[in-house]
Amino acid sequence: MTVAYHRKPVLWDVDYDAPPGSLVAIVGPNGAGKSTFIKACLGLIPAAAGTVEFWGKPYKHARAKIGYVPQRETVDWDFPVSALDVVCMGLYRKIGWFKPVRKIHRAAAMESLDRMGLADYANRQIAQLSGGQQQRVFLARALVQNADLYFMDEPFAGVDAATEAAIIDVLRELRKQGKTVIVVHHDLQTVPTYFDHAMLLNMRIVAAGPVSEIFTDENLHKTYGGRLTLLAEASEAVARAQQGQPTK
Amino acid sequence: MNPTLAQSVTPSLKQVHDEMPSLREVFDTVTLQSGFNTNAVIVAATLLGIAAGIIGAFALLRKRSLTADALSHATLPGITSAFLIASAMGLNARSLPVLLLGATISGILGVVCIHLILTYTRLREDAAIGIVLSVFFGIGVVLLSVIQSTATSSAAGLNHFIYGQTAAMLTNDAILMGAIALIAAVIAILAMKEITIVCFNESFASVTGIPASLIDGLILALIVLVTVSGLQAVGLILIVAMLIIPPAAARFWTDRVRMLIILSALIGALSGFVGASVSALLPRKPAGAVIVLCAGSIFVISMLAAPARGVIAQLIRHARLRLRIAIDHTLESKYEYPEQHKKRSFSLRAFLRVKGYTDSLHTTSALTQSGIARGRRVRRNHMLWEQYLISCADIAPSHVDWSVDQVEHILDEDLITRLENEIRASGHHLDSNLQETHS
Amino acid sequence: MISEQLRQYISFDLFPLTSAICVALSCGLIGNHLVLRRQSMMGDAISHAVLPGLVAAFLLASSRSPMVMFLGAGASALVTVGLIELVKRLGRVEPGAAMGVVFSVMFALGVLMLEQAAADHVDLDASCVLYGQLETLFFVAPAQWNELFSVDTLTHIPTQVSTLVGLTIIVITFKIVFHKELRIASFDPGLATTQGIHAGFITVLLMIMTAACAVASFEAVGSILVIAMLICPASTARLCTDRLSTQIKLSAVFAISAAIIGYLLASFAPEMLDMPSSLNAAGMISVVAGAQVALAAVASPSHGLIAKSRRQRELRKTIDIEDLIGLLYRAKETGSPRSTISSITPAMNTKDINQTITNAARQGLITHTDTTLELTESGLQTGAKIIRRHRLWEGYLVDQANIRLDNVHDIAEQLEHLPTDEPDSDIQIDPHGRPVPPQTH
Repeated sequence: MTVAYHRKPVLWDVDYDAPPGSLVAIVGPNGAGKSTFIKACLGLIPAAAGTVEFWGKPYKHARAKIGYVPQRETVDWDFPVSALDVVCMGLYRKIGWFKPVRKIHRAAAMESLDRMGLADYANRQIAQLSGGQQQRVFLARALVQNADLYFMDEPFAGVDAATEAAIIDVLRELRKQGKTVIVVHHDLQTVPTYFDHAMLLNMRIVAAGPVSEIFTDENLHKTYGGRLTLLAEASEAVARAQQGQPTK
Repeated sequence: MNPTLAQSVTPSLKQVHDEMPSLREVFDTVTLQSGFNTNAVIVAATLLGIAAGIIGAFALLRKRSLTADALSHATLPGITSAFLIASAMGLNARSLPVLLLGATISGILGVVCIHLILTYTRLREDAAIGIVLSVFFGIGVVLLSVIQSTATSSAAGLNHFIYGQTAAMLTNDAILMGAIALIAAVIAILAMKEITIVCFNESFASVTGIPASLIDGLILALIVLVTVSGLQAVGLILIVAMLIIPPAAARFWTDRVRMLIILSALIGALSGFVGASVSALLPRKPAGAVIVLCAGSIFVISMLAAPARGVIAQLIRHARLRLRIAIDHTLESKYEYPEQHKKRSFSLRAFLRVKGYTDSLHTTSALTQSGIARGRRVRRNHMLWEQYLISCADIAPSHVDWSVDQVEHILDEDLITRLENEIRASGHHLDSNLQETHS
Repeated sequence: MISEQLRQYISFDLFPLTSAICVALSCGLIGNHLVLRRQSMMGDAISHAVLPGLVAAFLLASSRSPMVMFLGAGASALVTVGLIELVKRLGRVEPGAAMGVVFSVMFALGVLMLEQAAADHVDLDASCVLYGQLETLFFVAPAQWNELFSVDTLTHIPTQVSTLVGLTIIVITFKIVFHKELRIASFDPGLATTQGIHAGFITVLLMIMTAACAVASFEAVGSILVIAMLICPASTARLCTDRLSTQIKLSAVFAISAAIIGYLLASFAPEMLDMPSSLNAAGMISVVAGAQVALAAVASPSHGLIAKSRRQRELRKTIDIEDLIGLLYRAKETGSPRSTISSITPAMNTKDINQTITNAARQGLITHTDTTLELTESGLQTGAKIIRRHRLWEGYLVDQANIRLDNVHDIAEQLEHLPTDEPDSDIQIDPHGRPVPPQTH
């Protein structure tokens, strides 16, 4: 699919089949469209062209099986909710419209928190948690959904070593259970250690496949080195034209 | 403005004394025995407080408080044109439903205009709200002058929409308020989690299948409902206050959404009740303003006195921490260098003495047993942390003091054991001092 | 002798009009920075919150001298700004809510004090606080020309007017003196501080100026017009240009014109429409200002909706023509210099193929009969250029961007129409194996 953000094409011709039961890292420079890719997959941003299918069906039908961990900065952490409340949000869909959150749901949420090592912090308001703990709360929220496919947007950004270890433990556990996890990752160094598949993204897919195969110097250079200024300029021009703005 | 100068501007004391209500009057009012009209007003105001409190909490969570401001100002052209149209058609132009219908339509139009500005131009939200607010109000003012110039006495009532005329509220108003409060409460109970998730994390909500636009529409509809109904009571400028102040005040007391909504409703109710009662007891005090001032006072009290988020509590916490750090520093240096006597403030010395850490108030005081124990502990932690930073975290020794100072005061036993183990595990020799002082 | 009409004008209209222009100009100029810094609502907050200060000043000093009013309202405004900051910082309250709390409580206080004043037989008309009484700036004009500028006459000018004129001069001076600082502080406070221009200081000054505008304008035009003039002319100007200096000048123009048109409409429209008396001038001016914003949103040559849609249509037309030329060129490449309309139509992505054909013919790019199309010389050249761009893009996309061969054509279809530089290349063959037309100069 081709994805445009505010009508500026950010991703050109991205075509990807995620292999089931794997941990996939999406890497690329800033502004390369990594978050855009995930958001387009989840229908948060409409694709200018192309389609997204999950197990052969459009997103609406697959919602129950898909988990999402958004970026930490997208949230106002001063919001009056506790860690447990946030994790319960993962169950809202299952609970259904207008029905209350029951003990059994809270128990499931508690279990998920415990899995992330945050059982003691369940009733703390989220601003009182450290960055790493907040990230783990987000993760717990996604886990409680018991999905088959997870999208995570920069879960390792700005977390301490302990949290990073905890997260990678969870990811490996998920893989063992046959789930697929697609992660936008910012740290090239850890990709070979943590992930088995990768997608090198810079406005288009440079390479995608098993890490051992595609994580070559040449590919990395193509992804990070030569910026596609011409393509970027062209994207700008398309955006201006579509919005009816005067051409520069 | 053509103010004529008064002979005496400040009322004489006797006047003030004459105006104070008797105790009996106060009691009657507060227990709703003061006559039907007064009761109706108090009940209606209280219910308005509840409704605005609940709905205002939603607006606060969604960060749309000022949209309510724009909306309330945008009702004026609707009210005035409804008046004009109704007069032209020969209907009773002052009938409330007619005017409120006009208010609702133009209020919604105002919100639509804000949305249009945001979607189709490069102007931002603050400018959009300000434009709609002032221009719509300007249209209303122009229409108002048309009405006033046609010199029908019936126009006088319209001014009350701006300032409110709570004292004129009757049973119908009370019922209307009650109904709205009930609707708001029901929606709050049913849709609490949907509203919470959309306000907290919009993208996650979308992914989970709860569309933000639906919830936004709901909240907006509620704001329109309570604004239009509250116009009569407190006036359009002050209804905004009832939507903003109670939830902001409630936020200081709680960290949970459900509690926030409940407290907001309570504070709103209290403001309404007290405000309307005070206004009934003291002559000539416009109820709307008094209600808002009540809410404002509750806000100030909350901001200062709330246990966790209140200013006073914060100041106390900071002071406590600084005190603890000062004590630890003092005890540590006295432990290490018992012969050195630094000058310390009297209050610090007094505190140390009172707590039993030193044996006298003098600068040259010596440590007691408990003082020695604590001083030793602090010293040990300090050295431990230094050691850790030097050996395990590869930080140059010159940087050590800088990092240690803040952290060492927060170490607990668990962490200390871990540190010791880590030092041993990395093959470094634990300083004999430390070993000996390990208690 | 001053003619009766002129005398009437000077008596009734000159000073209200001058006041209105002064208010509009001062607020309009200051408003630019509020809008750019996304602090438009501070204008709203300050306008509401000066009420208690005004009333208090009046009650305490028992005088309506503008100095007293000014001081009272100014104090009120500063207190408001300070309180809002306090509530935001100490209380960790969200900015919108903080503003709302402070100004509505202040306003309630003001209303209460007004009632108190009314009760004490002080005639402080509340409604004029909101929308002013521009119409009452009455002044008896002298009968003789030589009396017009005499000291005697000048001292009788309503004080509000001289205050406002003074304010306008101060505002203009402020803007000229601090132009650089305001510009940087509005766009990039961090940069400003590193350059030695204290961003916080500028903010405080700006707030003071806003308060001054609100306060001075109060008596004449009420609080609502102040808000409208702070936000609307600047917004209108913002929709017309991207440059700050142009925006400021335009905002002044829009502000003054709104004041004049609004005032004239308010004064004379009722007569023309056969209605009893005049409309509220302040309200009318804000309506005109709002109309200006709406007009700019639609009709602004650079950012307006009409211009945007026209540009989109133009682009669409050009793209269609170029697509047509491209198809014809490709057909010629494969040996059919003349193509039938019916064979071309399915490949064209346009609603009205005939219109496109007409347009292309009009530009001299093709010749056509009822059923066939053929490129002209100039058409051939244009075609070559387009196809060259297309194939160069295809090459670039495959080589540099690793787009798959199957998809490059569609993407290149989009890119070939853009005015950006085409990929620099000497390649002769595109990824599909077709020749790249050489550069024509």
